Amino acid sequence: MIRFFLGKILWLIPTLIGITIVAFGFVRVLPGDPVLLMAGERGLTPERHAELTHQLGFDRPIWVQYSDFLWKVLHGDLGDSLVTHKPVLHEFLTLFPATVELGLFAMVLAVVIGVPVGVLAAIKRGSWFDQISMGTALVGYSMPIFWWGLLLIILFSGILKWTPVSGRISLIYYFPNGTGFMLWDALMSGQKGALTSALSHLILPSIVLATIPLAVIARQTRSAMLEVLGEDYVRTARAKGMPPRRVVGVHALRNAMIPVITTIGLQVGMLMAGAILTETIFSWPGIGKWMVDSISRRDYPSVQGGLLMIAVIVMVVNLIVDLLYGLINPRIRHR
Amino acid sequence: MSEVTETDIPAGTRRAQFAEFWFYYKENRGAVIALVVFALILLAAIFAPLLSSHGPDTQFRDALLAPPLSAGADGHFWLGTDAVGRDILARLLFGARYSLFVGVVVVLLALSVGVILGLFAGWFGGWVDTVIMRVMDIILAFPSLLLALVFVAVLGPGLVNAMIAIAIVYQPHFARLTRAAVLSEKNRDYVMAAQVAGAGNMRLMFRTVLPNCLAPLIVQATLSFSNAILDVAALGFLGMGAQPPTPEWGTMLSEAREFILRAWWVVTFPGLAILITVLAINLMGDGLRDALDPKLKRS
Repeated sequence: MIRFFLGKILWLIPTLIGITIVAFGFVRVLPGDPVLLMAGERGLTPERHAELTHQLGFDRPIWVQYSDFLWKVLHGDLGDSLVTHKPVLHEFLTLFPATVELGLFAMVLAVVIGVPVGVLAAIKRGSWFDQISMGTALVGYSMPIFWWGLLLIILFSGILKWTPVSGRISLIYYFPNGTGFMLWDALMSGQKGALTSALSHLILPSIVLATIPLAVIARQTRSAMLEVLGEDYVRTARAKGMPPRRVVGVHALRNAMIPVITTIGLQVGMLMAGAILTETIFSWPGIGKWMVDSISRRDYPSVQGGLLMIAVIVMVVNLIVDLLYGLINPRIRHR
Repeated sequence: MSEVTETDIPAGTRRAQFAEFWFYYKENRGAVIALVVFALILLAAIFAPLLSSHGPDTQFRDALLAPPLSAGADGHFWLGTDAVGRDILARLLFGARYSLFVGVVVVLLALSVGVILGLFAGWFGGWVDTVIMRVMDIILAFPSLLLALVFVAVLGPGLVNAMIAIAIVYQPHFARLTRAAVLSEKNRDYVMAAQVAGAGNMRLMFRTVLPNCLAPLIVQATLSFSNAILDVAALGFLGMGAQPPTPEWGTMLSEAREFILRAWWVVTFPGLAILITVLAINLMGDGLRDALDPKLKRS
């Protein structure tokens, strides 16, 4: 068991090193002189250029630059943003809760709706419910979510005026010592209407972000359930007169959930990609929007740091899913 | 015993294979409808200049943001016009060319590179395998759209760079699938027989093993085709893909964003075009999987 865990963790190290090389290399392979790129359109005098090149360490051999970069990263130093001049890690950690909140809420939506729909569709295979729900799932899976978000804004914010167009909470609320998790902060502040305001801002972005994972989870649950329902042990359980609800709920569902959990874990990377689009549409102040803004502002230290952090987070989450998978499915562990 | 490759199969057998494939494919009604829809989109893209009375970039200054079905002095605008008076239907028809072209190029690039890498990794094993698959793991650790965005930031915005970026991000999937298929095939008797008969590594890899690994690759190719259309549109929407005034669907959406509350048609139709195209390709993918994957047949 421990060997299984350790093996999984050790296996990550080369990939982690690779990720740092990608993040490091990205600024260096940019066409042109990085110092000139960072200086922007104002231009530089030759003296200032030489000074900056030296100051930023671009005159040293590439491997020295890389080991310096790696050393700093290991000490939590991702450099400073060219725009705000604040440490990149600080910026990242300030905005990260917004993305986590959105992502968690979306994931809960996707699981809470997707799993029951998938189970029901499998049990009632071929029924109108199965056909309509799986048809809808395929539409959801094919959805350009940036367009879906715009449609929802037109309907719910434009025509019905139910929800705000952008942001995380109405401007009248402010939590100076907040955790960054707006729902929690609003709840704890005890201010009247704060929680409702936070929820009304969260709901549309969550629906948009949840769309594709919801479709994937519903489809995956259905096919996993169908496979399990044909197994001998389910037939045995049925044959010995067990109530159908128990057969499905205990025997089938527990086994069907194993591949579904992997699918849920794999959605984390998808969620990050989705967050880029969702946050841009709804002006949600999270990591996704920050990355897009940093790329268009040519704020390379931020892009570099963000890229590194996101890749590491996705990897760690995938590792946790892998380990959980080993925990719930002994067959994998002892292979 | 001779190796079985595509070229050695007599035409009759191949026809029988196709008949079998079609037998299973047509069982899936959705997939058949999707095939028809996709054919229509393809025809629309090819005959775009004949189908639209206006050019995609022609501006009608007296008909800015004209609603759908409105008739101007220059003919009908069936789907309305955009903020500078361009006919949306014409732009959508010409945009279909970009989307389909992007899908094809991305899949071909990702497929060819991924298959070659996967073949080498699976066939040779050892350090070749380790190095190739580690690099693939690293690419897969980044969310695809984010990595594509960063590549485009490096290469510069534009449709060609967006396609290259997305192809780079997609090819690990093909490499992994090919490698897995090669591993399960390479110890089979027919491969051994070809080896004993004196076939070299290249022949074994590309002529003996590869044709037997095609089914999962075809399914993955359709998936990537639809995803590529979505991702290029997303990059266009973020301003990093095709640049205005290219009538690319995502770029059209990006230009239309500020008018969403005033002119619903400017936003609705380009997105609908993306959705219908992607949905049709995904449905076809489902049909292909049913027809090609023997494990799922008649399940």
